[in-house]
Amino acid sequence: MTDLQLPAWAGWAMGLGLLLFIVLVAISVRRNHGIKRSIFAAPYSLWMIIFTILPCILIAYYALTDANGRFTFDNFSSFWDSNHIMRENLRAVAGDEMAATVARGSVNVDTLVYSLWMAFLCTAVSLVLGYPAALFMADRKMKLGATLVVLFIIPMWMNFLLRTIAWMSLLEDNGLINAFLQWIGVGKAQLMYNQEAVLLGMVYNFLPFMVFPIYTSLSKMDPKLAEAAQDLGCNDFRTLYKVTMPLSLPGVISGITMVFMPSVTTFFIPRVLGGGNTRMFGDLIESTFKTAGNWNLGSALSLIMMILILISLSILRKADPNGEGGGIV
Amino acid sequence: MKKLICALLAAVLLLPVCALAAEEVNIFNWEDYIDESVLEQFEQETGIKVNYMRFTENEDMIISVESNPGKFDVVFPSEYMVERMINRGELAEINFDNIPNFANIRDDLKNPSYDPGNAHSVPYMWGTLGILYNTKLVDEADVQTWGVLWNEKYAGQVLMMDSLRDTMGLALLMVNPENSMNCTDYAQLRAAADLLIMQKQSGMVKSYGLDEFKDKMVAGEGALAVVYSGDAEYAIELNEDLAYVVPREGSNIWVDNAVIPATARNKENAEKFIDFLCRPEIAAANVQEIGYCCVNVPAMEILGEEYQSSSVMNPSEDVISRCEYYHDLDETWLSIYTTLYSEVLSAKVNN
Amino acid sequence: MKQFLKKSYLAIILIFLYVPIIVLIVQSFNSGKSRAKWEGLSLHWYQELFSNTSIMNALWVTVTVALVATVAATLLGTLAAIGIYSMKKRPQALMMTITNLPNTMPDIVTGVSLMLLYIFAKVERGYVTMVLAHITFDVPYVVLSVLPKLKQMNKHIYEAALDLGATPTYALTHVIIPECKQGIVTGALLAFTLSLDDFTISYFTTSPLVQNLSTLIYSATKLGISPVYYALSSLMFVVLLVLLLIVNHRTADNK
Repeated sequence: MTDLQLPAWAGWAMGLGLLLFIVLVAISVRRNHGIKRSIFAAPYSLWMIIFTILPCILIAYYALTDANGRFTFDNFSSFWDSNHIMRENLRAVAGDEMAATVARGSVNVDTLVYSLWMAFLCTAVSLVLGYPAALFMADRKMKLGATLVVLFIIPMWMNFLLRTIAWMSLLEDNGLINAFLQWIGVGKAQLMYNQEAVLLGMVYNFLPFMVFPIYTSLSKMDPKLAEAAQDLGCNDFRTLYKVTMPLSLPGVISGITMVFMPSVTTFFIPRVLGGGNTRMFGDLIESTFKTAGNWNLGSALSLIMMILILISLSILRKADPNGEGGGIV
Repeated sequence: MKKLICALLAAVLLLPVCALAAEEVNIFNWEDYIDESVLEQFEQETGIKVNYMRFTENEDMIISVESNPGKFDVVFPSEYMVERMINRGELAEINFDNIPNFANIRDDLKNPSYDPGNAHSVPYMWGTLGILYNTKLVDEADVQTWGVLWNEKYAGQVLMMDSLRDTMGLALLMVNPENSMNCTDYAQLRAAADLLIMQKQSGMVKSYGLDEFKDKMVAGEGALAVVYSGDAEYAIELNEDLAYVVPREGSNIWVDNAVIPATARNKENAEKFIDFLCRPEIAAANVQEIGYCCVNVPAMEILGEEYQSSSVMNPSEDVISRCEYYHDLDETWLSIYTTLYSEVLSAKVNN
Repeated sequence: MKQFLKKSYLAIILIFLYVPIIVLIVQSFNSGKSRAKWEGLSLHWYQELFSNTSIMNALWVTVTVALVATVAATLLGTLAAIGIYSMKKRPQALMMTITNLPNTMPDIVTGVSLMLLYIFAKVERGYVTMVLAHITFDVPYVVLSVLPKLKQMNKHIYEAALDLGATPTYALTHVIIPECKQGIVTGALLAFTLSLDDFTISYFTTSPLVQNLSTLIYSATKLGISPVYYALSSLMFVVLLVLLLIVNHRTADNK
């Protein structure tokens, strides 16, 4: 894997692409008889082509080649069967018979499924905790909205890694929660290095991303709608269910996206709070790149995750045809 | 306000330029692996600026060196990694005219099998792999074997090392004490991986990790930890309930070496730095600080009685005879080890 | 009663959010190294903090990277928003898709893809590559905060300015930009915050030689984290809080 190189045509293709871009800009300048304001977007477009689109193409390129730059689907076979390469290697050094004993390895697929499950749990918990919070924040009678938004933002200024580490001092065997449990006579419990601790860490870090968009869409809502529903005889619960909730749907969808995505891919939280017992997909990608040094397989794994996320996003977007999710801004 | 922003911007853009100017040497060493005051002394004596960076595992280190060519002048791989880096042509030959203090190195560590004639490497520290345990929680009789890591008495209290060769190696010895830690027999490797997976699934392991273990053991978070001897020495000094043992099945003796990557930009400064590390009083200061075994003969005299009598820092002949070096595995076997180990890391605890 | 329940619920959520932070701040004043034991009040870790060169370097890297990336991203993004706003429908839709792309890409993929880009272009990773990466993930946020302000603007203001004899440049700097000032400020603040807190993308786009605070903390966690870092984050937290109060106070005065 020492020297990964793209063939010469890639360099030419890039040069041509750049030339094409300049020509297009020039044509549009001529056509409009002078500089039009849409030209202001040109530096940005160029930037995005170099730093977003080209890197995406590179990921696809590495995913579809082997260490010598030859075209192959091996990396995808390795995703499905993590023992694929090992079996081929064994065939070479120990013969077919030994290779035949190697069953399909499900490490990569299992890790992906596990990450999706954890991310789903995290999103669900954040929604259940976050929706009422956003609802109460948006409650005009309480007049607390703006202050509360600030209060929710402030914790995010503490470095993300340190915020997570702070949970260690709460959850450790000799940590504060265990000290408290011992003091009230319950005795020590193993709180860290398990799935629950990782889930806690994720919900803690991503909850604000659920609350903000829901709050934004709720506070944009016309309060008269809810009043009208009540005048027409709906009780509080029915008003919430029939009027408020559907109207806040864009916020909910945008919240789900903003929590789900980082939680599928986080690798720091499971490392610190899971202690190697809860390997997630981000973790796998990171170690494929940084410890195993297999950039081709790492790219394939990244590509698969990206496609999966794009698919789930487009499904979510279907539920919100206007695409006007609250956003954090 | 505008002027202020301009000034700030200018200052920031000039920053990387300024940083390039002075004589420097870029060191890439293990975490907690040097007496940092030594670095200052080197800077004062030579006027060469030391940029000191750290890594936690051989496997991470080589990837960093390969993907950041020219960034490092001295790195400290273990013996099998030296072998791999030589095979991949990644190391420069060291000019020993610049390293007169090489004469101080123990004779039995010179001319090692992993680097014949020491063309590319100078030993820095050596040590063993073993078990650090809490004598209040663990029966001394149990801990004489690697099997203690599978002993249900200590379920949920075992800290396992997140290190490919060490963890697979000790499991290989568990499968069969006759196995080499460099085993290339798939059936044995498969059995070793299965043992590790079983250990994890049955809830024996509290966590997988590396250097943080010493502090955890000092704090009483865990009964048993797989550690390198120097970490054990550090922990025992802070908590007298702790003890260290090299199990009877045997273990690994490793040697970490100073080497110069072929891409290094400051080779002469690198040689100056390596020679500086081989000075008896510097070597002694480093051993004193980190508690590993000393490679430097005059330094051992400086360290005196305390060092000679420590079974952790100065292992007995008996222990040494039980241990073996790691050898570099070829690409094929390395990928087999990696695949099996990845399965271990991904295994989930059965609740 | 209902109000009380609602308030209690919010209070519980806020406590959940703040407890770890308070724990962190309290521990930064603990004179011992152990997280478990309280060994007396001291400023020991704060002293240690200022004499720790690697932390001070990382702090410098973090802040300067965030500043440069914010300034560059704000310029690039504001211009882009004005450009996109005046585009026809189809190119506009295309640009919006591209702008939304980084938002739908997980951090780790962005980081990895930029790393591959640098390796491909044979660019040595370090300070500059980290700045470029930060600008890249900051820009779309600026575009997305400025664009809505432009859309809210009365279209005829710009034309009116031109009719009254303003040159397009003058109209731009004196009409359009002041109109979307609020969006620009929001975008810049957002970019700065994101840069300051970024870990994953920096981790993949820098070398071990140039560390920002997040990557430094990451390597420190492998070792068992020292309370120096608690002192650092407490200090940064307080500084940001004070800055916020000042900004808030000033905007309140302006009203």
